[in-house]
Amino acid sequence: MGAFASRPRLSGLPAAITLALIAAVGIGVPLLNLLVPPGSALHVPTYMVSLLGKYLCYGLLALSVDLIWGYCGILSLGHGAFFALGGYAMGMHLMRQIGDRGVYGNAELPDFMVFLNWKELPWYWHGFDSFAFTVVMVMAVPGLLAFLFGWFAFRSRVTGVYLSIISQALTFALMLAFFRNDMGFGGNNGLTDFKDILGFNLQADGTRIGLFVASAIALALGYVLCRFIVTSRLGKVLVAVRDAESRTRFLGYRVEYYKLCVFVVSAIMAGVAGALYVPQVGIINPSEFAPANSIEIVIWVAVGGRGTLHGAILGALLVNYAKSYLTGAIPEVWLFALGALFIAVTLFLPKGVVGAVASGLRGRRAGPAITGGPGGAGERTSEAPAE
Amino acid sequence: MSTPVHARPEARDTLLYLNGVSVSFDGFKALNSLSFYVVVGEMRAIIGPNGAGKTTMMDVVTGKTRPDSGDVVFNGGTDLTELDEARIANLGIGRKFQKPTVFDGHTVYANLELALAGGRGVFASLFFRSTPAQRARIDAVLETIALAGARDRLAGSLSHGQRQWLEIGMLLAQDPQLLLVDEPVAGMTDSETEQTAVLLKEINKSHTVVVVEHDMTFVRSLDCPVTVLHEGRVLAEGTLADVQRNKQVVEVYLGR
Repeated sequence: MGAFASRPRLSGLPAAITLALIAAVGIGVPLLNLLVPPGSALHVPTYMVSLLGKYLCYGLLALSVDLIWGYCGILSLGHGAFFALGGYAMGMHLMRQIGDRGVYGNAELPDFMVFLNWKELPWYWHGFDSFAFTVVMVMAVPGLLAFLFGWFAFRSRVTGVYLSIISQALTFALMLAFFRNDMGFGGNNGLTDFKDILGFNLQADGTRIGLFVASAIALALGYVLCRFIVTSRLGKVLVAVRDAESRTRFLGYRVEYYKLCVFVVSAIMAGVAGALYVPQVGIINPSEFAPANSIEIVIWVAVGGRGTLHGAILGALLVNYAKSYLTGAIPEVWLFALGALFIAVTLFLPKGVVGAVASGLRGRRAGPAITGGPGGAGERTSEAPAE
Repeated sequence: MSTPVHARPEARDTLLYLNGVSVSFDGFKALNSLSFYVVVGEMRAIIGPNGAGKTTMMDVVTGKTRPDSGDVVFNGGTDLTELDEARIANLGIGRKFQKPTVFDGHTVYANLELALAGGRGVFASLFFRSTPAQRARIDAVLETIALAGARDRLAGSLSHGQRQWLEIGMLLAQDPQLLLVDEPVAGMTDSETEQTAVLLKEINKSHTVVVVEHDMTFVRSLDCPVTVLHEGRVLAEGTLADVQRNKQVVEVYLGR
């Protein structure tokens, strides 16, 4: 039967393994933190829980980029913008939760507004007292921006490197805007000094574990959503657009609608990742919009393996672990290491770590008869040409 | 500007009707008041030297290029000049590109499944399930294009000739009324060329086919009326033997 005609949606070993690993981490890390005594080698300190929670958010962000880049060929070099917008929406809620516990003790205005001598809350801050409203905004703001951006870009058939450049311009413009004090988002200091979320103290171990578990759940849900999309006919159309856009068009598909749909879904996922990231790191500022951040996301996906979903998550974890380690041990080396990593992956692991491992396994299983040609997976079933 | 369709009664009994179509790119007239028509069930070969406007003509019919002036009417009543590619494809015009264009990352089967008529909406595609009838249809197409043994191979691993056939197969799965086929035998071996002629004749039993081609042996084996384009307009029309005897045609094209 056709390979995908009758295949159930969540089949496939990688999907099962990925979900099992996310569940294992989501449950295991809190248990190792809570149940293992601090002296033990297996104990996970609370700061590590938050660090891992941050990585899980990056994993979700990488997933959102893989969905559009790996499957639809849309190389966004500005996806950090959607992540930061989700983060700012959450940051605004956390600012409102501070109430009169700020330095100036003003229950009506955040500290930075008092400092700027503002008299009243700007209109766009209203509503962020409510957690439910904030959750809606975390998804709606990045989603709406992605819709507007995609509507104009995809309808005008901006593709390839041109789309990458304007997406980069988008995040750069937002960075400059958010640096301005009169935008009302705290200027270059951003939003910080958060106290609590839903009434729980953000410094408390329990809250940190809660946020970690929430991040793991969000990552798992994001993964399931992406799997559902890429294994459906919609996903097949996305790959078709990636491989031969005009062919897809002449088959009668409205390519721009497909791109727009998946781009908006991806931006919403990035926004959710940003919203979970902010309470765990305790700050959001305009540097999150920096173009270099967005480029880094693409490197995570390339390192892990583009167009596989689980590869994107793995890449985000590996690169960020290396970053945490190197920026601690030899900080001046990190950017060179990142650049070298990208070049090495492009040259030697075009399908990323996941692709290299998969072809290694396949080679071993099939024995030496396989002389891994450029066709890769396709070589296995090759037979006499049909003439 | 183009004349309204209802003012062109002569378009009524045609499947594809072009009248006075002009397209220019930066002053170069790719099509210069091109007029010709194709009736239902016909097979037509379009020949002409490089730059005669063959591919531009296909671009105009499929919505990729908007003509500066002239009428392009489909099925006796639909003005194509205002529609985009997806709309025109769904009206029943399929196109095969000069360079074989298939989805390399998909299997042969998935390529054909994507081409199947119907279900082009984004949300419908999220919950799409193929029916037994559709699967049987794909199997039939696989037999027709001699790729049944390669159904689970990635399209990217096929030979050049097989990719050409797969693309023709995708057109069959799409089941359009009119097939526009741009240089289907470019780069094929002699035996592949022969089989392609047989395949196109078979397809012509149930579809109208317009073939653009350079290869005269291939055009001869199609055994169909020929339209010669030159400098963006029709130079001659008739059987291949007729046009080969035409002095003007010999001058611009065949007598090199």
